Amino acid sequence: MNVPARSAPRHTPYHPRWYRTPVSTYWWMQQWSYFRFVLRELTSLGVAYSCVILLCLIRALSLGPEAYEALQKRLATPMVIMLTVISLLLVLLHTITWFRLSADAMVVRVGGRRIPGFLISASNYVAWLVVSGIVAWLLLR
Amino acid sequence: MVKRPIEPLFWTLFSGGGVVSAFFIPVLLFLVALAFPLGWITAPSYEALHSLVSHPLSRLFLFVVCSLPLFHWAHRFRYTLYDGLQIKHLNEFINVFCYGGAIVGTVVSAYLLWNFH
Amino acid sequence: MADNIQLDVARYSPERDDFPSFQSYTVPLRKDWVVLDALNHIKDKVDGSVTFRWSCRMGVCGSCGMMVNGKPKLTCATFLSSYAPGPVRVEPLRYFPVVRDLVVEMSDFMTKFRKVKPWLVRKEEKPISEGEYLQTPQQLENYKQFSMCINCTLCYAACPVYGLDPLFIGPAAIATAQRYNLDSRDQGAEERMDILAQHEGIWGCTFVGECTKACPKNVDPAGSIQQYKLTAAMHWFKSLLMPKASK
Repeated sequence: MNVPARSAPRHTPYHPRWYRTPVSTYWWMQQWSYFRFVLRELTSLGVAYSCVILLCLIRALSLGPEAYEALQKRLATPMVIMLTVISLLLVLLHTITWFRLSADAMVVRVGGRRIPGFLISASNYVAWLVVSGIVAWLLLR
Repeated sequence: MVKRPIEPLFWTLFSGGGVVSAFFIPVLLFLVALAFPLGWITAPSYEALHSLVSHPLSRLFLFVVCSLPLFHWAHRFRYTLYDGLQIKHLNEFINVFCYGGAIVGTVVSAYLLWNFH
Repeated sequence: MADNIQLDVARYSPERDDFPSFQSYTVPLRKDWVVLDALNHIKDKVDGSVTFRWSCRMGVCGSCGMMVNGKPKLTCATFLSSYAPGPVRVEPLRYFPVVRDLVVEMSDFMTKFRKVKPWLVRKEEKPISEGEYLQTPQQLENYKQFSMCINCTLCYAACPVYGLDPLFIGPAAIATAQRYNLDSRDQGAEERMDILAQHEGIWGCTFVGECTKACPKNVDPAGSIQQYKLTAAMHWFKSLLMPKASK
């Protein structure tokens, strides 16, 4: 009797044919929370960009006033400004998500009770404002 | 004892870099790359900035701010490439690119700040 | 409220199919029904061949985990009316091999769970004559949250790292290892660290945080993993700088 191939049982002996759903390369686009996660991870690019800018500044200062002026001009070109704005947004996102993550990751106990996460975040934000203020003051005085 | 990977070292550098970049990078990037070049805030004169940076404490601070965040980037970007692009089979290249890049940046910043004049 | 709601149920029969497909059923939309009730209605009244796991129907056994509209849920704790007007897509738990319809193969999780020694490890047992191990409420607080795990593996279905790296040991295993590490009666932290401080242990985790969001028992596996990373890192540095002291 000719049995069409489709109707014959399709399992390997002694073992069922499990189906393994493939994970798409675009898994991070399939869910809003996954996309937010990848965006959070990409903030590291903004951090790297900032380090490069700072190194350029240090080098320019070391080379003399003309180099410093040239750097200021280069930094003001539209292309660089665009990159800087994107990086600034990424770096701010890094700060915000970092404070939220470190609140979740740390267990700080005072007198036997655990300090709630939002207090840790809040104190981080206050410290951030204070530190930023000090750095700005040092640069501007 | 079972062999344990060197991962904790990179994770610690990543965490330290994360803290340093969270606190210091936003204000530095904003001032140095946006407010000063665009003239929103009057940039400090060359002499003022030069003398500020040449102070030993500033050099130490700048070394930390230029090196640790690079290690933060290295560790995080390495995992972004693993998971985001699923190219874990290229992991030797990725490790060399990321951590190597961070080491190069650290060496460059050490050189620039040590020889600052 | 409408009378009915449509359920799109993933069907897969290994004898017949190459890959899963969806079959639509219309079930009554009752205010007090959960998705599990709808599935049982289908099985009892409409199509007896639909296959799925369930047991306690009150959110403590962890058997009925499935993807509902793309999110991992306990179907006995997910109200049908939250998805009105529907349709509701019910699929087997993500990142596990599908055996049939909505049933997945869990042995990968079971193997990994056993690897972390999820029991109290003692170097020496206290003899019974010396009485019980005493524990203060504060000592209980240290690990209580992580002891709430019902092994439903919703966290594995939520974790993209587990989906991308089949070797990753996973959130529930690490949270349970922490439950025992932080238990004052346990002396097995060193043994567990050998297993967990590997690439496919805690270091694979990138703190996505989806596991904590998916957990029906508020175990917070993501928090437990990050805390353990800190412990493991400090231990690594200590054993590097003071090899004799850390033994």
